[in-house]
Amino acid sequence: MFESTLKQLGNALRAKEISSVELTQLYLDNISKLNPSLNAYVTVNPDISLAQAREADARIAAGKGEALTGIPIAQKDIFCAKGWLTTCGSKMLHNFVSPYDAHIIQQFNNAGAINIGKTNMDEFAMGSSNETSHYGTVKNPWNTGNVPGGSSGGTAAAVAARLCAAATGTDTGGSIRQPAALCGISGLKPTYGVCSRFGMIAFASSLDQAGPMGRSAEDLALLLNTMAGFDERDSTSLQRDKEDYARDLSKPLDGLRIGLPKEFFAEGLSNDVAQAVEAAIGEYKKLGATVVDIGLPNSKLSVPVYYVLAPAEASSNLSRFDGVRYGYRAPEYDDLADMYEKSRAQGFGEEVKRRIMIGTYVLSHGYYDAYYLQAQKIRRLIAQDFTEAYKHCDIIMGPTSPSTAFKLGEKGDDPVQMYLSDIYTIAVNLAGLPGMSIPCGFGNNDMPVGLQIIGNYFDEARMLNVAHQYQLATDWHNRTPQVL
Amino acid sequence: MSLTTTDVQKVARLARLSMNAQEIESAREQLSGIFDLIEKMQAVDTSGIEPMSHAQDVSQRLREDNVTENDQREAFQAVAPQVENGLYLVPKVIE
Repeated sequence: MFESTLKQLGNALRAKEISSVELTQLYLDNISKLNPSLNAYVTVNPDISLAQAREADARIAAGKGEALTGIPIAQKDIFCAKGWLTTCGSKMLHNFVSPYDAHIIQQFNNAGAINIGKTNMDEFAMGSSNETSHYGTVKNPWNTGNVPGGSSGGTAAAVAARLCAAATGTDTGGSIRQPAALCGISGLKPTYGVCSRFGMIAFASSLDQAGPMGRSAEDLALLLNTMAGFDERDSTSLQRDKEDYARDLSKPLDGLRIGLPKEFFAEGLSNDVAQAVEAAIGEYKKLGATVVDIGLPNSKLSVPVYYVLAPAEASSNLSRFDGVRYGYRAPEYDDLADMYEKSRAQGFGEEVKRRIMIGTYVLSHGYYDAYYLQAQKIRRLIAQDFTEAYKHCDIIMGPTSPSTAFKLGEKGDDPVQMYLSDIYTIAVNLAGLPGMSIPCGFGNNDMPVGLQIIGNYFDEARMLNVAHQYQLATDWHNRTPQVL
Repeated sequence: MSLTTTDVQKVARLARLSMNAQEIESAREQLSGIFDLIEKMQAVDTSGIEPMSHAQDVSQRLREDNVTENDQREAFQAVAPQVENGLYLVPKVIE
């Protein structure tokens, strides 16, 4: 059952070969068995999950089951879910039981999916290794001495270890794609504006985007069909016609032009990752694709630009955590200002405080033009590079991450080294483009390697087609970690 | 770029983060390293380039000024640190 696709699970549920209660219990048992060593979940709530499963079984019995009805889906702990503890990986929200549902959660509830639990993450999604979570580090199921990536590391580990059928993530600078790569699963960050940000705890609003994480491109298409859509409560949500993201899965790839940015294969890329990615490109050539060399000359500036824009937006978004309306309040303080300062100092972890301070500095009087405005201008140059490149190719490919999963603690003391691990993913967020990662082999340390696929705006259906055709021809996505 | 202790103290105050001398010094070292990375932006000539805030160049949607949400004060205040008679309680501000 754990190796079934979402489509197979949906069919089995509607054919009454298994009930949603039985399926949900199977995953809850797996979580009880493996979560103590992996720490992929912050919260499981069997009573709520099983109640949802009973409702799903009734809905299926009434003949009203949809694609995801009765299927256990894990939710990143950044999504507010009514009645669920929603911590965002932070002590600041250690006691926050959400009074409302995020749009994405509503969409899954309407589809009859089961919320199987809330997954661990870097605090407020700030991190690339899951080591900044207040609730402890997530372990990579392929080797528990290694990081799962971040910030959606709990989700990636849960999918890889079969602790859910599929799950959600969010991606501000690579937080879906990098952990997907490091844990050997598939993940997609849609075009900015495709999935509503309502009820998704804000990090950097102009970059944050929710997306699906699962075991195959086919599964991601089903999830995205549920997640995508206009929501007037998110002011940057895009009004577009509903589309079926699975519509092109079976199209052949003859004539597909793959752009390879030379900047993504230069110094800084590990040999083992380069070899696996080049082998994947070779496989695509066999499937009928051709390769075009392209340049993204400004992409080298994406890390500095990102570390101005994202902290600036974060410092503004996180000003709401003041110990007054929700979340952590310091036990002792002298006056109102002292209560704010102590609640924030005690409630936020080191990395979050660091980014709030960067953001506060770049937005402070006298520095705005030199930092924030300059970063927004270079952001346009980075986006224009992609527009130019898409005149010569249909899709862009490269590595997702410069290395496979590194050891726990390896980059803990050096924020700059950690930031550079997102060097291939950040430009995609800055441009607002859709990007995904699929497994394409293993590195020297037997850890998974991810192939990044970057599409033009609103080209998710084509990306899923390109990924699915590769997954029909290879079996990297079906490999299972030994922990199981 | 090297930040001074005074710079970091000022930023901590603006960000409402209480920090002791040791934390200020540690933040100063790490932020200086991060700003070395950020300073690479300054070499780029961006004259004539429009700043970009949304990939689709859409303008912010506006809505009619109508009440669209129900009153959920009790639900929202149930998660507050301290409330009384529907009000959020904070330390006394005016003597």
